[in-house]
Amino acid sequence: MASSVLSLASAGPSASLSSNGIEKGKLNLGNCFKKEKTNLFLKTKSVGRISMVVASDVSRFEGITMAPPDPILGVSEAFKADNHELKLNLGVGAYRTEELQPYVLDVVKKADKLLLEKGENREYLPIEGLAAFNKVTAELLFGADNPVIKQQRVATVQGLSGTGSLRLAAALIERYFPGAKVLISSPTWGNHKNIFNDARVPWSEYRYYDPKTVGLDFEGMIADIKEAPEGSFILLHGCAHNPTGIDPTPEQWETIADVIQEKNHIPFFDIAYQGFASGSLDTDAASVRMFVARGMEVIAAQSYSKNLGLYAERIGAINVVCSSSDDAARVKSQLKRIARPMYSNPPVHGARIVASVVGDAALFKEWNAEMEMMAGRIMNVRQKLFDSLSSKDKSGKDWSFVLRQIGMFSFTGLNKAQCDNMTNKWHVYMTKDGRISLAGLSLAKCEYLADAIIDSYHNVS
Amino acid sequence: MIISRFLRRGISTASTCATRRSWWDHVTPAPKDPIIAVTEAFLADPFPYKINLGVGAYRDDEGKPVVLQCVREAEGKIAASNFLESTSTAVSSKFVEESAKLIYGQDSNVIKERRFAGIPALSGTGACRLFAEFQKRFYPESRIYLPDPTWSNHRNIWRDVHVPDRTFRYYHPDSKSLNFVALMDDIKNAQMVLSSLLHPCAHNPTGVDPTNEQWREISSLFKAKNHFPFFDVAYQGFASGDVERDARAIRIFLEDGHSIGCAQSFAKNMGLYGHRVGCLSVLCNDKIQAMAIKGQLQQISNTMYGSPPIHGISLASKILSDPDIKAIWLKEVKVMATRIHRMRAILREALERLGSPLNWQHITNQVGMFCFSGLNRAEVYLLAKEFHIYMTPDGRISMAGVTTKNVDYLANSIHEVTTCDQDAKILHNTDAYRINTDIRFTSLGASKSRARGMNLSL
Repeated sequence: MASSVLSLASAGPSASLSSNGIEKGKLNLGNCFKKEKTNLFLKTKSVGRISMVVASDVSRFEGITMAPPDPILGVSEAFKADNHELKLNLGVGAYRTEELQPYVLDVVKKADKLLLEKGENREYLPIEGLAAFNKVTAELLFGADNPVIKQQRVATVQGLSGTGSLRLAAALIERYFPGAKVLISSPTWGNHKNIFNDARVPWSEYRYYDPKTVGLDFEGMIADIKEAPEGSFILLHGCAHNPTGIDPTPEQWETIADVIQEKNHIPFFDIAYQGFASGSLDTDAASVRMFVARGMEVIAAQSYSKNLGLYAERIGAINVVCSSSDDAARVKSQLKRIARPMYSNPPVHGARIVASVVGDAALFKEWNAEMEMMAGRIMNVRQKLFDSLSSKDKSGKDWSFVLRQIGMFSFTGLNKAQCDNMTNKWHVYMTKDGRISLAGLSLAKCEYLADAIIDSYHNVS
Repeated sequence: MIISRFLRRGISTASTCATRRSWWDHVTPAPKDPIIAVTEAFLADPFPYKINLGVGAYRDDEGKPVVLQCVREAEGKIAASNFLESTSTAVSSKFVEESAKLIYGQDSNVIKERRFAGIPALSGTGACRLFAEFQKRFYPESRIYLPDPTWSNHRNIWRDVHVPDRTFRYYHPDSKSLNFVALMDDIKNAQMVLSSLLHPCAHNPTGVDPTNEQWREISSLFKAKNHFPFFDVAYQGFASGDVERDARAIRIFLEDGHSIGCAQSFAKNMGLYGHRVGCLSVLCNDKIQAMAIKGQLQQISNTMYGSPPIHGISLASKILSDPDIKAIWLKEVKVMATRIHRMRAILREALERLGSPLNWQHITNQVGMFCFSGLNRAEVYLLAKEFHIYMTPDGRISMAGVTTKNVDYLANSIHEVTTCDQDAKILHNTDAYRINTDIRFTSLGASKSRARGMNLSL
């Protein structure tokens, strides 16, 4: 192997390293604000101002440690390794049928087939993505008749699912609002903070989940939003909060909007489940539309991973609702500028499928029906779980939060030890924060799950 | 500055919401990407015989984009179940393995010993970006060394991750060939550089590639200087028509025992442009280190877009792993490269037949999709304005846009703008070639040399 030492013109005092050259402990990837001063690949001996290059067989990559395992994927892996016949995977938030099989939507199969038959070319999309897709995605979120669309006040850029769209917005914030903070709910989807960290956008949390009520800590939320420095970005889940399943009521949304306006904050919606929460695309967009109707400027990231099952095709969008079409044009140009050195232009396949499904009346109607079916299955499962818990648990504990919560996930209120019991004793796999994915639960298994939850809740502390 | 910006907002919101100033007032319009701006200008032009020599996307002799037969075959075999996230990991791994085999060699030890960290990426751009992020994260004090000139987006990529770039001399504008002595000199004297970016074949934008002997010397020097070679492999198969031959530079480095990094793109050689299919691989000491680096790369991609779309990856994986489909692909790559070689020859002949006083040998000496014509900005501007022929301001011609039907018109037009009569017009028309403000020239140190009057031969 080539020897792997870089000679620097001037080596600082940090250049002398211990013999294994590795900084103790793992690289803290969560704190990208900290400059890593240690030259992990460097081995030099400093003699005064002269540094001599010391040849070694140590690779330049020696100091690179294993990244911490992803907590959510880790659950799936542990589940796979378990041979128990009653095991249940309530980890990953991917929709499963009653038979607990992955599901490809019929409309997607149809759209895919149509694409195959059309045989269109595979040329690069423009940086902002497929025009037909951008049109339908904005209309889907804001409503086709929304004045903001008619007035061309929305900058819409196709992104790589929710993640990619959030990252574009984060980069925009970092560039144009340097120092501004994003407030994220406590808890929130695990990747949110990673995205903002890697985009070098500071963030802090607002209270959200109240473990005492297994509900929303509304006062805490409002207080924290009020206290944030003026001009902060408030990250809101449009519907079906991940991981808690707890959404504000319409009245609460109005109050949230009031406070955000009062404090000159910018609402930043993450809409990953439009259609999946209530079964209705329009209903699930109500919160975003209400903010927009107030004349507020809003950022909204969309994903078609769940509601069209297009997880692996990475299709979503970032929308910035601006005060004027001129603003929107300029913002769009800057989003494009951010995207070009990330991936040049977004992928074509998923965009064509969505454009096809949403743009065709018949397919759109079918999609609505399939969505109602998927959301409906989850609501049925919630009902069954609640019924099972209520009938089996004689302690009088109120399990109705299961019904109040919405979307793919539920926060059970179980603590870590109780979650461990769920897994170790009952072979029920879930994340340690107490989150279960109802998408991975069948009616047939509700009673078993209820037994597991009751046992863990009452007998483990 | 930040405070005043916030104060402005605060003051304006003290009045009614309706008059509140926008958050986005201070956002200026971004300059147009120079390469894409060319296509936009082309599309906006109503002239029926216009020619687009801007973007490096292959066109057939009718000037039409091509969906390769191997792609259609692969698509027929891929089930809709590819949408399911559960099959994604298996498909991705297969794809990475096949990509690595393609570039490092089917029987490479690197593959056998699993000594590489590889992940799928969003085409070449995405692969470069992942590596740049990796470089920033783990070698924050280092720089990237880029050839002068290079693809305009390279600078954007490393700039956006805040890794400073430096350039090493590469192209010799007078001879329109490789400035080998200067290249070696600059590498020798590089400071604070972790990684030097190399185009292993079909250099973009110049089409000028080192010979095998020169690659060997470069490899030795890299070894002596402990530079990390990072290859941007965007045209494997496109340069010579042979994928193995086009990987020669990389194989030379491997023979020398280098650990290298590779950004591979399947946009051109498989025609998968819009599907964003690429692969980033980094060679390591051993399997363990490879796993560690792979994990880190995955973390980086997880916060940018998750993972690349499965459709394109499935297609590429199928094409590379199915022997029948692969055979079709290899033939099609040869067809594409051959057509380009032919167009180069025809264009050069046409210019020579017209009696051009200039030396056009570089058209056939240069390799790959692009020809660095040597045309200066004034000439490029005139070609667009008067002749409706579009190329990037650095004089880069995408040969893929040349057909048997338009090559004569192209030759005539080039001849027109480069003959001496035009010089008078150009000199007087200083405003005529003032750069269109929408187009930014990002060619690094592209020479304005009038060497064309010097009749230099290579």
